[in-house]
Amino acid sequence: MKKLINAVENVVREQLEGMASAHADVLKVSYEPTFIYRADAPVANKVALISGGGSGHEPMHGGFVGKGMLDAACPGEVFTSPTPDQMYAAGSAVNSGAGVLYIVKNYTGDVLNFEAAAEMLAGEGVPVQSILIDDDAAVKDSLYTAGRRGVGATVITEKITGAAAEAGYDLLQCADLCRKVNTSSRSIGVALTSCIVPAAGKPTFDLGDGEFEFGIGIHGEPGRRRLPMASVDEITEMMASAILDDGVYTRTVREWDQARGEWVDKELVNAPLRSGDGVIAFVNSMGGTPVSELYAMYRKLSGLLDARGIRIARNLIGPYITSLEMQGASITLVKVDDEILKFWDAPVLTPGLRWGV
Amino acid sequence: MVTKEQIVRWLERLASVLAENKAYLTDLDSAIGDADHGTNMARGFAKVAEKLVSVADTDIGNILKATGMTLMSSVGGASGPLYGTFFMRGGAVTASREELSVEDLGEMLHAGMQGIQQRGRAIAEDKTMIDAWIPALAAYDTARIAGEDTAAALRRAVAGAEAGMKATIPLQARKGRASYLGERSIGHQDPGATSTYLMLKALLDTLESS
Repeated sequence: MKKLINAVENVVREQLEGMASAHADVLKVSYEPTFIYRADAPVANKVALISGGGSGHEPMHGGFVGKGMLDAACPGEVFTSPTPDQMYAAGSAVNSGAGVLYIVKNYTGDVLNFEAAAEMLAGEGVPVQSILIDDDAAVKDSLYTAGRRGVGATVITEKITGAAAEAGYDLLQCADLCRKVNTSSRSIGVALTSCIVPAAGKPTFDLGDGEFEFGIGIHGEPGRRRLPMASVDEITEMMASAILDDGVYTRTVREWDQARGEWVDKELVNAPLRSGDGVIAFVNSMGGTPVSELYAMYRKLSGLLDARGIRIARNLIGPYITSLEMQGASITLVKVDDEILKFWDAPVLTPGLRWGV
Repeated sequence: MVTKEQIVRWLERLASVLAENKAYLTDLDSAIGDADHGTNMARGFAKVAEKLVSVADTDIGNILKATGMTLMSSVGGASGPLYGTFFMRGGAVTASREELSVEDLGEMLHAGMQGIQQRGRAIAEDKTMIDAWIPALAAYDTARIAGEDTAAALRRAVAGAEAGMKATIPLQARKGRASYLGERSIGHQDPGATSTYLMLKALLDTLESS
């Protein structure tokens, strides 16, 4: 293993210290417990957005803390979910009184820890909402699995909901918009190489020179299948089909009911994309794939969408939700409407995304 | 009867048992999960052992709650909130107690297991720790109703947990990260069911060694 690290056990801490000193104008870092928060938090009368998850996906989530996006992010160890004390402390620190929205990627560890934190915060009388992100179309069914994983749509929902909170949306409006963006999103990822978790010191899985893994998550989880290596056009076509030919996706998720003070089941439905739809096309690097190759992927993707009558309204291309040094890429398509586009275009000032300011 | 001192010794023993089984649990987890169960549990119970110093003189409810809070904030993954909830709920039904009768211990274990079920929403045969808890507590209840003492009832519970743990091997996972493997999760023993077995076994060993 060759990595730019000192002692393995200090990796996350040292990276956070670097981040705090590089972006002191935008964010601060608390270490006991660990969370990254907006330098000007709490922002008066604004709903506070908090996300979090294992480290190793940078710039997500810490790099998205700042004006127009997240108020706080809770990093765990590499690929390990953070704990409720972090999420609770972050919530207490950034809540202005307008309440806290937790944005949670659908992984069992993240979900259980955020649920415990939401109960603790709600127990203190803080208005809380919690929205699950589950956009990974590689997972076929939700009945016999923990459901679709949260991947690329996380970046898009954090940007759009963050802008809405900045514009004065209240807690329930923010939660509704966040849920809408999630149920308008689908993603698919591929890996050309494994990543190496620093504490493990060796690749998470073995992938031969002549093969790639189709339908991976963001932690080197297994995909749908392993295939012989192919051209960027062929791989992009497979990825686009996995999203465009995905039918109606229905699942039951658990959301916090503020009025009743308990968790309630909610059925959510993703409709398939249709000719005439407009989308945000997000082509993402898993960390090791250069941006130039993402453009080669985008070239093919835009042609394929054009042929299906789907219009790319906006795009985002680059490494935004990564899996350490893994070579690979993901495509996320988010069906847009006027509300989504308005908040996508709104100003954002974070280390990872910055425009309009 | 289980005394407060035995509860403390159980938790201390568990810290060393989980340290000894760190590699074993992590190996089980690397086959079907994300290879961190052993590390996470060992780290969490090492913290519990540190915490015990300041709470050992209080009461059983408080000791169990402190254990739950410590696990919740130091384990991470799915097992942190699950075992954290187990001890917090167990602590809630044993508030201000200095000792537990065979009925009290049963109540504590049931409250804890219900907490795990509510939090994790797993049912029998999902290939989770619940598959060890359900047969363990069923065996405990049967022995208790038949008039057996705490150690005898726990011995049955440990046998139930062990059988439940082994019965996870042929199951296909329907919860947690292992569920994404589909049929590939078949043939592996569930790491959470294994740590549950170790937990009950440590309690029995504590009672039998004193």
